[in-house]
Amino acid sequence: MSEHNTPLIQVKHLKKYFPAGRKEVVKAIDDISFDIYERETVGLVGESGCGKTTTGRINLVLYDKTDGQVLYRGQDVHQMSRAERYRFKKNAQIVFQDPYSSLDPRMTVADIIGEGIDVHHLAANKRERLEKIYSYLRAVGLNESHASRFVHEFSGGQRQRIGIARALAVEPEFIMLDEPISALDVSIQAQVVNLLIRLQREKGLTYLFVAHDLAMVKHISDRIVVMYLGTVVETAASDALYGKPMHPYTQSLIAAVPIPDPEKERRRSEETIQGEATIAGATQGCRFRTRCKYATEACAREMPSLREVEPGHFVACHNLDQVGR
Amino acid sequence: MAQAKNTAEALRPEDFVILRERSAPSDLLVREPVGYWKDAWRRLRRNKVAMTSLVVLGLFLIMIIIGPYLRGYDYITAAPQYKNADMSAQFWLGADALGRDLFSRLWVGTRVSFVIAIVCTAVQVVVGCLYGSVMAYFGGIVDEIMMRILEVITAIPSLLITILIMIALGNSAFSLLVALCIASWCPTARVVRGQIMQLRESEYVMAAEAMGERPMRIILRHLLPNIMGILILDVATSIPGYIFQEAGLSFIGLGLQTPAISLGLLISNGQAVMNSHVNQLIFPAAVLCIMVLAFNLLGDGLRNALDPKFRK
Repeated sequence: MSEHNTPLIQVKHLKKYFPAGRKEVVKAIDDISFDIYERETVGLVGESGCGKTTTGRINLVLYDKTDGQVLYRGQDVHQMSRAERYRFKKNAQIVFQDPYSSLDPRMTVADIIGEGIDVHHLAANKRERLEKIYSYLRAVGLNESHASRFVHEFSGGQRQRIGIARALAVEPEFIMLDEPISALDVSIQAQVVNLLIRLQREKGLTYLFVAHDLAMVKHISDRIVVMYLGTVVETAASDALYGKPMHPYTQSLIAAVPIPDPEKERRRSEETIQGEATIAGATQGCRFRTRCKYATEACAREMPSLREVEPGHFVACHNLDQVGR
Repeated sequence: MAQAKNTAEALRPEDFVILRERSAPSDLLVREPVGYWKDAWRRLRRNKVAMTSLVVLGLFLIMIIIGPYLRGYDYITAAPQYKNADMSAQFWLGADALGRDLFSRLWVGTRVSFVIAIVCTAVQVVVGCLYGSVMAYFGGIVDEIMMRILEVITAIPSLLITILIMIALGNSAFSLLVALCIASWCPTARVVRGQIMQLRESEYVMAAEAMGERPMRIILRHLLPNIMGILILDVATSIPGYIFQEAGLSFIGLGLQTPAISLGLLISNGQAVMNSHVNQLIFPAAVLCIMVLAFNLLGDGLRNALDPKFRK
């Protein structure tokens, strides 16, 4: 899937600082760049609080940025006119992590899905609107009898399907999936992921898949961006990243993926990293150095920038020679 | 044993024919999708108590409008020849100590009590919503200051405020309105603040933003319906409270005073002649009780109807 030529979305040196007390700022996102090509799925992984969701929401102009650019088909999404933004919002949608709080409890499923159709005038009359709602319900594996119900009558997995149907209803080309499966049971997770893959194939969608579950990300993604505390540490094609992780953080992340085999699981080397992700003490230099066993003086002095180590494989680390491969 | 054998014999192979599949297509079970309000109305309609209350209140409303003119009597000027007249074809509910038709006076009094209650409730809800949403929307220091003001007001007993204002401003309908409204919006403001704060952060509001929904529409489609149940309930339970308060204050002489007519005053006058002319007390009291009861029952029904979780 590497024949893509034009990026659909380009994130360029994006920064987002939150004020934290007087004169203090939390650099939630600190100069990140990556591209999303048409019809591909980019997985955005990292531990809680590393800025994955914030990045995704800035891409959809749900949050303001501090600096940098997000380009959609070459156009800065934060500089759009009202009409352009309206068109952009039809093309870029979001599916939320929490299927409980992301659906209006006072609306029927039909109205939740129909909202986007109404906003963008996608149906000529009530009949057509209803037909469309039914077709989206069927597309996500629900049926007509669900349309008149309220969301509290559904299970988590069903609600997430409603959330997906709502995103599909405006016929978008890009969907940001904000940890869409992390609130679901494992058995339901696979169903939802397979649904997402099927919808992508049928409708030619582009996904930004935000998650911290590496196994699922590998299953769905073409390329993966690994974030650590607001910075991108490694970007590569999905197979390359799993086959040959280069950044020490990525290595420990992959080492931490549980293996569904107790024998292997027991024999597996204890490669997990210690401590907690914290920005304190890492205002300068590499943010991972406080937990990195390969850390040197250079890491404290200077923030490593992304280098293309192999074609399409970018890593931000000073000590790639020492890092065991 | 014998019985079992009989049963076995009674069953023949023909009894085990596969029945034709029931022809009940699931499409027939599909309900037409209905909106939130339509659904709430459907649930309210099924509640007999609430619907009865609604009808009773409707009748009261009609009587409030046309009642005083039905008999065509002057219900203000004294007519000593009819002093304390009993119930008759001429005076359906009798006449009061000054010979005025009680039937006409009763509906005028109800009208005054009702209007006072409605105006107070309107002020309470509007001011409460405004104050509460400003607090929730701006947050931070604005929220802190407004919250402290609110706490100071709620810390003073409301009956005390009411009595002080009535004494300071005199016994007019306007001063009664001021007295009843001055602190009444505080609980509403608190509730609205909490609700809006909670809803502002919710992801379905963000989803609507992501969809390109205009802010006004987000408020109308998402925020208001989500606090509307609470507001309607607030209205339905506040009205009988104000009716009671007005009646209570007028009864003890702190509310409206005699040239005016209200339920509280009628009850107070009736109580004075209770031993000889009980009809002068019973009818105003009955109207008061039925009206308050109907509002409370309707409020109950509304609460159930407006919360989809109560849906059967």
